[in-house]
Amino acid sequence: MTDTDPLVIADRTFTSRLIVGTGKYPSYPVMVRAHEASGAEMVTVAVRRVNISDRSQESMLDYIDTARMFLLPNTAACYTADEAIRTARLAREAGLSNWIKLEVIGDEKTLFPDNEALLEATKALVKEGFVVLPYTTDDPVVCRKLQDAGAAAVMPLGAPIGSGLGIQNPNNISIIKEFARVPVIVDAGVGTASDAAIAMELGADAVLMNTGIAGAQDPIAMAEAMKLAVRAGRLAYRAGRMPKRRYATASSPLEGVIGR
Amino acid sequence: MKIRLNGEPYELAGPLSITALLTGLGIDPRRVAVEHNQIVVKRGAYESTRVEDRDEVEIVNFVGGGSGSGGQENSRD
Repeated sequence: MTDTDPLVIADRTFTSRLIVGTGKYPSYPVMVRAHEASGAEMVTVAVRRVNISDRSQESMLDYIDTARMFLLPNTAACYTADEAIRTARLAREAGLSNWIKLEVIGDEKTLFPDNEALLEATKALVKEGFVVLPYTTDDPVVCRKLQDAGAAAVMPLGAPIGSGLGIQNPNNISIIKEFARVPVIVDAGVGTASDAAIAMELGADAVLMNTGIAGAQDPIAMAEAMKLAVRAGRLAYRAGRMPKRRYATASSPLEGVIGR
Repeated sequence: MKIRLNGEPYELAGPLSITALLTGLGIDPRRVAVEHNQIVVKRGAYESTRVEDRDEVEIVNFVGGGSGSGGQENSRD
């Protein structure tokens, strides 16, 4: 079943439905091994100013095999549409593709997106030929507007970034999935394997996480757990779960019980 | 002359190309992207783009990050 179930976003096909980050790992070697264990084929990276005074720092890119791993630059920490658009243009020049994980943050404490600015930036970047993957709240109306604006996928949050709280509004995720014509990628909030499985069981096409893996006691083991959870959740979704019932329904025959 | 480089004042002897600026800073041009007065400079235009007095230059690269805060470098051990 998994062999014939690729994830297709814009013009690219992925076997893995898990997308991982590159921040907050205890070390680069741990990150490399966690990436391998996750089976991910796409990683997010941030765009930041080069340190002018200290050129000795290692480049994160030295630790990523870009032949195997597709780089998805983000506009993390941008607070206006203009900042996000400029960052996207720089990312396209620094990288090898026109893909951008678009974030326009609206609030420092929750890191919730500013959906109005997000929509504006999505429209502008789509017009410039970008493949735009916007990080959004789990609001079906906003997701529909982003889709209509030409987003290549929608990325509703499961819970605040880095919170590990799991999928706070499962109903919204499944409603978003119901009408979406583009892939739905649950981005942020996944804290442990069951959260990833739930996201996939709700019908999400993929899950993106960073802290859920990097913040675990053993990031490499957690990366593998996440890989399995995403696959399990996807299989369960495609298998179609049994209906929920309030009372027991025996699964052994009722006839032939001894002593009656 | 004085420019603004990555948000900070930066002193230079005189006008120069983006290529010369990067060389002087010891930065591998293949690893970065450059914005000159808020316009992204294509790699092919590094040689012909002149940085003048009071210009603003941003030089960026990719760092570790997931969402939101992003940019948090991993430690180096």
